[in-house]
Formats: sequence, C-alpha cells, structure tokens
Amino acid sequence: MSPNSGTDIGTAARAGSAARRVPAVMVLAGLALAPFVLGSYAVGTLSRILVLALLAMSVNLLTGLTGLATLGQSAYFGVGAYTAAIVARKLTDVGVVQLLAAAAVSALVATATGWLAVRARGVVFLMLTLAIGEIVYSAAVNWKSLTNGTDGMSGIPPVVPLPGMPALELDGLVYFYVLAVFLVLFAMVAHLAGTPFALALRGIRDNEDRMRAIGYPTRRYALTVYGGAGALAGAAGALWVSVQRFVSPGDAGFEIAALALLAAVIGGSGRIWGACAGAALVWLTRDYLGNLEVVDGHGKLLLGALFVTAVYTLPRGLTGIRVPRGLRSVAWPSRKRTA
Amino acid sequence: MIDPDLLEPLDLLELRGVSRDFGSFKAVDAVSLAVRAGTRHAVIGPNGAGKSTLFSLISGTLPATAGSLLLDGRDVTRLPVNRRVGLGIATTFQHSSLFMRETALENVLLAVVRRAGSGLGIGRPLRSRRTALARAHALLDQVGLPSRHDTPAAELSHGERRQLEVAVALATEPRLLLLDEPAAGMSPVETARLTEVVAALPGEVTVLLIEHDLDMVFELANVVTVMHLGRHLTTGSPAEVRASPEVQAAYLGTMEVTR
Amino acid sequence: MGGWLDSHLVSVVDGVAFGLLLFTLAVGLSLVFGLMDVLNLAHGTLYLAGAYVAYALSDGSLWALLLALVAGVAAGTLGGAALTLLTQPLARRGHLDQAVLTLGITFIAADLLAASFGGEVLPTDPPTALRGSADLLGHTYPIYRLVFIGVALAAAALVYLVFERSSLGALVRAAVADRDMVRALGVDTRKVLYGVFAFGAALAALGGVLGAPILGPGPGVDETVLVLSLVVVVVGGLGSVRGALVGALLIGQVQTLGVALLPEYAPFLLFGTMLAVLVVRPRGLLPSAVRT
Repeated sequence: MSPNSGTDIGTAARAGSAARRVPAVMVLAGLALAPFVLGSYAVGTLSRILVLALLAMSVNLLTGLTGLATLGQSAYFGVGAYTAAIVARKLTDVGVVQLLAAAAVSALVATATGWLAVRARGVVFLMLTLAIGEIVYSAAVNWKSLTNGTDGMSGIPPVVPLPGMPALELDGLVYFYVLAVFLVLFAMVAHLAGTPFALALRGIRDNEDRMRAIGYPTRRYALTVYGGAGALAGAAGALWVSVQRFVSPGDAGFEIAALALLAAVIGGSGRIWGACAGAALVWLTRDYLGNLEVVDGHGKLLLGALFVTAVYTLPRGLTGIRVPRGLRSVAWPSRKRTA
Repeated sequence: MIDPDLLEPLDLLELRGVSRDFGSFKAVDAVSLAVRAGTRHAVIGPNGAGKSTLFSLISGTLPATAGSLLLDGRDVTRLPVNRRVGLGIATTFQHSSLFMRETALENVLLAVVRRAGSGLGIGRPLRSRRTALARAHALLDQVGLPSRHDTPAAELSHGERRQLEVAVALATEPRLLLLDEPAAGMSPVETARLTEVVAALPGEVTVLLIEHDLDMVFELANVVTVMHLGRHLTTGSPAEVRASPEVQAAYLGTMEVTR
Repeated sequence: MGGWLDSHLVSVVDGVAFGLLLFTLAVGLSLVFGLMDVLNLAHGTLYLAGAYVAYALSDGSLWALLLALVAGVAAGTLGGAALTLLTQPLARRGHLDQAVLTLGITFIAADLLAASFGGEVLPTDPPTALRGSADLLGHTYPIYRLVFIGVALAAAALVYLVFERSSLGALVRAAVADRDMVRALGVDTRKVLYGVFAFGAALAALGGVLGAPILGPGPGVDETVLVLSLVVVVVGGLGSVRGALVGALLIGQVQTLGVALLPEYAPFLLFGTMLAVLVVRPRGLLPSAVRT
C-alpha cells in the first residue's frame, strides 16, 4: 500500500467504477441465494450479521464520518428493540409499523440524550455515550413494568412485513425481510454519504473551529447526525426483535455497544460496506469460534483477543476512522469533480 | 438635494472603544477604528501589539470585554462567529486552518454550499449540485490553484494552502475579508503570488489584513493602521504612516525582534 | 432539617463511603488521562482484581487483610506497568484505538477471572475484628464501613498532599500541563508516566481490596465501577485530583441518598446529575487548570 493510497479513492473510483460493481453484485447475489444453500442456523446467523451491520453503520456515522467515537449506540438499539417488542405485543405484528415506531422513539431518545452528549468532544463524548448506554441498560433491568426486567420479553408474534402479507415463521423468510430492510437502509446511508451534509460532518471531524468560521452551526449538525444514527440503531433493534422474537436487557448492554464499535473500527476504512464486513467478521468470530469445544464458554476471551489483535495488526483499518485530526487521509467515499 | 455625505464611501466596519482583557492584561485597549468599504486596509505593529486579538474580536472567535463593533451600522458585538459570517465577515487564519483530509475542492465546496443554501443539505447529493460545483471550481482557479482541485489539503504546499484559505474565505461571499498574516512562513515567490491574488480581488470585497511583511503591506494597502501595546497608534495612507515619527519610534525600535 | 438528616443519615454516610471508593478509582483514571492522554477502560478490571484478591485471601483475620493489601497493591502496580507498556505504542494513534485495546483487555481479564472465581458475585466478609455494628448518632452502622471511610479519607488526603503540595506532585502536575517542557528540563517523562499509571492502578486495586466487603467482586462489577468512575471524572473535571474527589463524593450521594429518596427514578439520577453539571459547567466542576 503506498502511503497516500487512501487519498486516491476518488481517482480509483472513477477509473474502475464498473469493475468495482462486480464484487457488489456478487455479494448481493450471494446474500439473495444464501437461504437456499445454508441451514436454518446459518441463515439466522446471517440475519443477525445484517442487523449488527446496520448497528455498525450507525456507529460509523458518528465515529468514522463525524469523528465522535461512541460506545453508546447499544442504548438506541435497545430502545428500538423494546419499542418494537412492545408494539408487536400490544399493537400490531406489522413489521413496517414496528420499524417506524422503533426508529422514531430511538431518534427521540437519541436527540434528547444527544443534546447533552454533543456538547462534548473526544474522550468526554466517549465517556458520556458509555454512561448513556449504561443508564439505558439499567433502565431496561429496573423498569420492570415496561420491560419485564432481566427476564426479558418473550411471546413476540412472528413479523408480518407489510399489512396483508402472511406472518413469517421460517428463518429463511425472516431473513429476506431483514435483507430487504437492510438494503433500503444501506441505500439511504449511501445516499447520505454523498450529500453536502456528510461533507459538513467530515468538516466537523477535521476542523470544527473552521467549520464555525465559515458559518456552520456545528452543534446542530452533530445533534442531527446523532439523532439520525440513533434512528438507524433503533431500526436495527426492531429487526433484531423480528429475528430473535425475544428481547432482554443484554440487547441494550455494553457488549453490544463494544461489538458494534469493534465492527466499525475493523471495517474501518470509512466506506459503508467496511462496517458491514467488520460486523460479519466480529459476529462470525463470536458465534462460530465461540461454539468450538476448545473455547466453549469463553466467548468474551475470544472477543477480547479479537479487540487486541485488531488494534495491533490492523492499524490501516483503523486509520480512516481515527478521531484525531492527523494528516493521514480519509476514506469515506469522497465526491470528486463531476462538472 | 442629495446629502453629499451619502456619496462618501461608507464605513463598512466600525470599532468603538473595543477592548479585550485577559485577566489584568489588556491585549486590546479601547481601540476605535473605521474601515471604509472597498479599501485595502492593513493593520501593522510589533509583536504583542494586539493585532491578532483584534482580528479575533472582529471575526467573533473571541468576545470583546468592552466597546462595540458595527458592521454597516449594525451592532454585531454579541453575535457568534457563524452569524457574523452570514453577515459577510470572512477570516483566514494565521495558522493554516483547513480540512486537511478533504480535497481542495471539498474545502471550498463546504463554504460554497453553506453560502448557497439554508438547511442541512441532506437532500440532493453533491455531484448533482452543478452550480455549487462550478462556483467552487471557479474560485480555485481564481486563487491560482487550477491544477490542484482534487488534491487533499494535507498534500498542498504551505503557499498553496494559504491560497486555498483565501478561496474558502471568498466562497462565503464576504464583504469584509480578514487576512491574518497571510504571508507568514511563505517563500518570496509564494508571497508574490498571494499578493497578486489579493490585489486582484473585486472592489466590493473590503480587505483588512494583518501582516509582518511590510513590502506586502505597502504594495497592497491603501490605508494602514498601526497598533502598539494594544492601542491604536495611528491610521493613514501608507506614505503618511511611513513618515510618522511616532510610528517609527514604536515600531522600528522592535523591528529587529520581529523580523 | 435535623429530622430529615436523622432519617437519612445511613444513606448519607453510605454515600460518603461509596464516594470515597469511587475516588480511589477515578483519581487514577483522571490522572492517567490528564498526564498521558490515555483512556484506560481497563481501570474497572483493576478494582475487580483487587476485590478478588481480598476475597481469595480473606480468612477473617486482620493479617489476611494486610496481606491482601500488599498483594493487591503489588498486582495493581504490575497491572499499571503492563497497561503502560501496552498502550505506549498506541500513544500517537488516538483515543479510539486505546479504548478498543483496553476494552479488549477488560474482556480477556473478565473471562479469565470468571473462569477462576465463577459467575456469581462473591460477598466478601470483613475481618472478624471489624465486623458488627457501631452506634452512629442513634443508628446502627457497620463498623467496617466506618473504618473504610477513615482509611479511604486518609488515602485521599495523602494523594491530595502528594499531588498538590509535594515537589514530586509539582513535577507530575507540570508534566500534565506541558510534557515537552518537563522533558526539556531533563526529566525522564517516561518514568513519570509509568509511575503515575502504576500508582493510579495500585490505588484502584487498593480500592478493590478494601471495597470488596462493600461492593463484592463478580462478573460485571468491573463495568459498573468503570462507568461510575468515568461519570465521576466527567463530572469532576479531567486531570484534577480535587475534581475527582468532589465528583466522587457527589456521585456517591446520588447513588445512595438519591436512590433512597427517589427509588423509581434510580436509573436516571446518574444521567440527570451528569446533565445538570455539564450544562452548568461544561468542563466539569473542578477541571485542571490546563487544557487537556
């Protein structure tokens, strides 16, 4: 890798945009065909990976794009999951309604808590988000009338994607529902990445004072992306409930936040699919290796080892996502001359 | 009859007894100053004269502890930086202050887009905003960076970064452009190129600059203000200032130190 | 007022004890960050290690406690040195990498500790001599907690004196303010870094040894104390000993008295306090004089 290769992404994109589509088409085809080849458990794992990928994308919006390292996205994931579970049990089994409700409530909670968090930067922001995550977790444990405490909420009916469609009982069908929602949200984030809004967020990451000096109300931008990332995490939480048909405080817990951050960091290069690849790697490591006899019950050890290994061996994977305003280049897709 | 005063060039910026204390230290001490629309106005003075602090007070990065600032007769003393930008005050900073990981074009685009539209810019993607793109490209050409549009700011030379700074500032369509030591750390060739760029700015952009390089000051400025120890010493044409004995006393005594 | 205090005296004193416990953690976290710009998310693990040492060695005698103190402090010092060693290569890579690394260490340590000590919270008994209750203005109160308050106050005073009043403390404070300057004076700042990290870690482990009978070791305790001490650091202000003390005492009260008064809002009190403090004082109550 040449030292400045990361900066040539735009050039590379122009030169080989057709060639670059090939892997994307192959991944899409693979995702579409997976349920016909894989067993039920593997398909469930794939669904969970897609959900975690959405959560990692949400982390990446803050950490990679805006430079605000967060450990609190599990909070909004959990809020979305509980919202969807309550809507599913009390109101309707229509998936779209659950998704929208989860995204809306999570966006609301994220905006309210973000109002405090975006006052801070750097480590203080990280600490605040960690604390927010922990507080939502303890609310999930203690607010028993709403969440049923540590027992969690079960008895969630199978999801009906759109009104009039049949309830999805089979893992393979749920997977297609998750995949469809995933693709829609992925496209939305991809669109966002090319807008002036995303450029402004990169500007905040690089040099917030300068952004103010050219007239940007930076805190409003930070709060907006925080709320949006919260909505995305909330939607992921709703999908999680459709897959698991169960929700417990652990789904709003620290481990989920750490997994999502790790996925975003490993995928890191700032490209959107990077976070998804990171999510796949993290979840497969946890799920499959964790089930091996040797490491039976030591999932956490494995995860920790993965964290440590990632930091030392993937510095380039980390560079694009780093918080400090170093001189190394970025890799969030940059829009080049088109005029 | 038209009042002849109305035909006089207006004061674009007026400072009335503006001060800034840091504890007991008066960095800027009751400075009153008028900047006429369309002038190229330079502020000079030995190190520690309070020039940079004065600039911060005008741009709004520091609040004044006393006095008031008027832009076009409107009191802007209490307005935050981003509001002042909206009213037409743009700044380039003493230490290059760009978006290092972004390309030159993106640096300018940020300012262009902000100027062009309200809202957060979530709707249309950048690549379809042809007017903004064309304007950003034109600005880069204007400041003399026609071949560097796609180069990340981090990879530009020091002089090129200063040129880019000017492009970013111009993109906010300022009426008043504040240049904080634009030639600092630049080679003579780079300084000459930047002087050309500033000299070629359209007349409706009023320029207020701080500069140590007196050659650049006397080549560009038609009004010069001298500050000393936080105070406003004198203002006049370059020739008047050069001839002023009190300026020489205050300034030349420390020249060896500053440069 | 007197009646109110009387009926909540136990909560208030509990809050002081808990606050001082948090102080032993927060002060190291805060100084390590202020001095080295290292965000050590493995700090809670040091407490947990200390608490397990106390549990493993406790046999009811004071000697066991003393032995646990020595062993805990030694383990903490070693842990701090190891963490310095591990984080130093990342010094230029920013807080996110440090956070990921120290989180990984936390997970590994938590797994190993759970494998050795099981998945339950282990209530640890104080030494026999310190068991039982004393009369505290008409309330019965555990003797051990009073002793804990005394010892922790002494430790806090010692830390404060060393940091704020001694020449060694002045050196550390100078290094926090401007590391290059101190280096230019001919001081080996690496020694200062290792020293402060090891000291902060030892203090956290000490907190674990003494705190085991109050907040016993178990899975998840590392996380709990980490988050609480992060909140303390944020509320108190980064890089300042006084800030850590004030923040710790405040959060201690919030977690005991606040929860006793407003049990239904318990999960939100912590956030509410943080919110209130940061809205009024964005850099915390008593931040260090320098920018961090």
